[in-house]
Amino acid sequence: MRVAFPFSAIVGQEQMKLALLIATVDPSVGGVLVLGDRGTGKSTVVRALPALLPGMKAVEGCRYGCDPSANGSRCDECRARALHVPKGKLPVTDKPVPVIDLPLGATEDRVVGALDIEKALRNGEKAFEPGLLARAHRGFLYVDEVNLLEDHLVDLLLDVAQTGENVVERDGVSVRHPARFVLVGSGNPEEGDLRPQLLDRFGLSVEVRTSDSVAERVEVIRRRDAYERDPAAFLQVWDHADSAVRTKILAARKRLPTVQVPDAVLHKAVELCVELGTDGVRGELTLLRAARATAALDGAKLVTDAHVRSVAPMALRHRLRRNVLDEGGSGTRVARGITTIYGDG
Amino acid sequence: MPAAGPVSPAEDQGAAARARASAALGVLAVAGHRIGGIVLRDPSAGAQQWIAALKSRLPPSVRVVRLPSSATDDRIFGGVDLAATIASGTPVAERGVVADAHGGVVVIPLIERMPVATQARLGAVLDTGVAQVLRDGVCAAFDAEFTLIAIDESEEDVWGVAAPLRDRLALVLDGDVRVDESMLPPASLIQSARAVVAQVHASDDVMIGIGTLCVAFGIGSERAARQALWTARALAALDERLEIEESDIALAAQLVLMPRATRVPAPPPDEDEPQEEAAPPEQSPPEATSSDTPPDAPEDRPMEDRLVDAVAAAIPPELLAELLARAQRPSQERGRAGAEKESWTRGRQVAARRGKPDGVRRLHVLETLRAAAPWQRARARARFAGDVPVRSLIVERDDFRIRRYVERAGTSVIFVVDASGSAAAQRLGEAKGAVEALLAESYARRDRVSLIAFRGTTADVLLPPTRALARARKLLASLPGGGGTPLAMAIDTAITAGVAARRAGTLPVIVFLTDGRANVARDGKGGRVESMRDALDAASQFRASNLSSVLIDTSPRPEPMARRVAEALGARYVPLPVVDARAIAGAVALARETA
Repeated sequence: MRVAFPFSAIVGQEQMKLALLIATVDPSVGGVLVLGDRGTGKSTVVRALPALLPGMKAVEGCRYGCDPSANGSRCDECRARALHVPKGKLPVTDKPVPVIDLPLGATEDRVVGALDIEKALRNGEKAFEPGLLARAHRGFLYVDEVNLLEDHLVDLLLDVAQTGENVVERDGVSVRHPARFVLVGSGNPEEGDLRPQLLDRFGLSVEVRTSDSVAERVEVIRRRDAYERDPAAFLQVWDHADSAVRTKILAARKRLPTVQVPDAVLHKAVELCVELGTDGVRGELTLLRAARATAALDGAKLVTDAHVRSVAPMALRHRLRRNVLDEGGSGTRVARGITTIYGDG
Repeated sequence: MPAAGPVSPAEDQGAAARARASAALGVLAVAGHRIGGIVLRDPSAGAQQWIAALKSRLPPSVRVVRLPSSATDDRIFGGVDLAATIASGTPVAERGVVADAHGGVVVIPLIERMPVATQARLGAVLDTGVAQVLRDGVCAAFDAEFTLIAIDESEEDVWGVAAPLRDRLALVLDGDVRVDESMLPPASLIQSARAVVAQVHASDDVMIGIGTLCVAFGIGSERAARQALWTARALAALDERLEIEESDIALAAQLVLMPRATRVPAPPPDEDEPQEEAAPPEQSPPEATSSDTPPDAPEDRPMEDRLVDAVAAAIPPELLAELLARAQRPSQERGRAGAEKESWTRGRQVAARRGKPDGVRRLHVLETLRAAAPWQRARARARFAGDVPVRSLIVERDDFRIRRYVERAGTSVIFVVDASGSAAAQRLGEAKGAVEALLAESYARRDRVSLIAFRGTTADVLLPPTRALARARKLLASLPGGGGTPLAMAIDTAITAGVAARRAGTLPVIVFLTDGRANVARDGKGGRVESMRDALDAASQFRASNLSSVLIDTSPRPEPMARRVAEALGARYVPLPVVDARAIAGAVALARETA
């Protein structure tokens, strides 16, 4: 297995990196949709996450990686175990944040989980074998080429991502377990296969493209080549930068609950949504959540207009009422709206 | 040009093609696992010879495996070993072809028949070097680093290799891929080059050169740059050097970057209108002989500029025009459709369902076992009064699960738009509006659309079947009007497109928008009588191919010619004094229902 390219060494792609960091700080912003041509490094950014993200505490022996501190959202097994230990305190262990790659062609039983055939055949026991959704709990679930995944699977993923719970009723097993994860989907809009319904169910959407600056491109080639020729040495060089990002994430998570949104900022953000005519309140909520997470990452106590501005395109672009024939001009429309509300610069 | 006598352009081209084919072979043999692999496109000749030559140059330990494009995902990537699973009562994973080919070469003939999702998965395996299996009760990951040779025999202008996979394959060879055995590097050289390729040094100038080329030719993929770098390394290693030189990059650029070029630097040719390349007797390119000394002192200029010029000059203009035209077209999508119908025997497999297997419905063994499993204890107790025979499995009728598949049955709407002078500018504008509205409707229904335009002396497929609406709209908006009406050619093209759509498993509906007043015959010459005769002849062939169609008469008042053509086509005739999108949509919907 190859080691992943380090997060900090990725040249450019600032929007995508920011979107993922926001989702790390506040997973409730919802999934991240990444649109762009092939070979622009979408997968590289996602695959860099496991090494970057700070580890997490989990209940030891829990198949779902339950959070020891969250009593309400434990799985049935943990809840049952907790009854038999003093004060309900279960043993805790450290675990890396899961970043699960959903391969195209995975079948539904592997995704949601199914009857454990081994136990069933061996002992005639009706046991549940968790699927990918369980493994992705509290982490990320990545679907490359989300437009090529079967529609019913995508719908299922979005449903679970939204409710945070996976309910399985099949093969005579009936199980529900927490499954809170950030869905990261990537796709190529040129292929015309992205269903409109799919778009606005993602919290954030970013467009990635390669830069036209020779210097930047050269730097990409240079780093990539250094990495391919000696991955271990390359990782060591970037280790420091990655751990700085890690510290930033931890600090931001701590700070997030105390970050305030001043009324004036809130007002303007809502004005922007009205100006752009975004459907429903989800746009406004996502915009504010993303702005707060950005402020937290910035080390700020208050959200400013600048924070809102910086995340407005990714929070709103995919929520504009669309003319199907308007070729992705939504980015421009958001930019225009921002200028109208916030002025130039 | 040397005075010794002109080299025939065909001969010249043949030699160039062979040189490319040999260079690609050497590169693949040396650095195949670093560059993904190669597409042999429309190999008119020599694909087998090329592969055999490659095999002869590879170390004997490298396996070359053929994989039929009809192989199922579990055979390709791995799945459940049924026999072992039943014998042991534990799900046992089985390796797929790509894991077996770890460290070797996989050849896939007729890749255009492989579903897009499967191709995308192959691409993911090439990226990570690992084949992940997550299906039917098993979770496993197998090492699978391999080099892929995809043979694409789809028609011209259409890629059979799906875009996600194409991006991972560095090299492309078109047409004749025969190689001169004598020109190929000997196996011993390849062996030693393989050993040192990773140590070949790339200076900063090399990186800048490749970066500049990518920007100059509008190549967005960062993979392409990486692949070009490794290709240059392989070329240097084959030349027994440990340092990349300018010539290596130039050749690597021709092999890897040129097929992906989306624009041409410096003197910008008419890249906006790739349809204009019709006039064949274009003067032969002066640069085609690739003189490496441009007039003004080349040595003073930075290497990257020289590279851009050299690479641009080395592409024959026709090829360039073709490449540009191709780059602007989306790959034909296959393997998925919105409307699917259920089937018991063919198509994509979906969740099994309870039922009795018979001649048509096939038993899904694993799902059946899954259904039977929980009851084993109870059944054994009931049947054998607790005295359970070891490893016996009691399967009852209720447990039977049968396989279900879904088949594609989407509609493919093919618009054949008259852009000639007789369809006056304003009418063309209205027709465009109507087509746009239809496009929107097709989008909602998740139909595929394709676009054929005819005017002057040609009928061109502007857009192969796709759901990329934005693309269709852009093409339509930039569609120029004027010129004669080659109706016969348009009908011929429509037949080809319709039959192809049907073969791809969709229901084609062809929508002609024309006034029916043909004035260009099949031979490209004018003359109303001949043109009309040809058009009616083409129309009767159309009728014979049993394609469902609508003819929308775009003339200001109903045109008898259009009606005659419609009758000959067997098309529903819809005169539209005022082109009205809703009326057209209605007519198309009718045709669709009867398709």
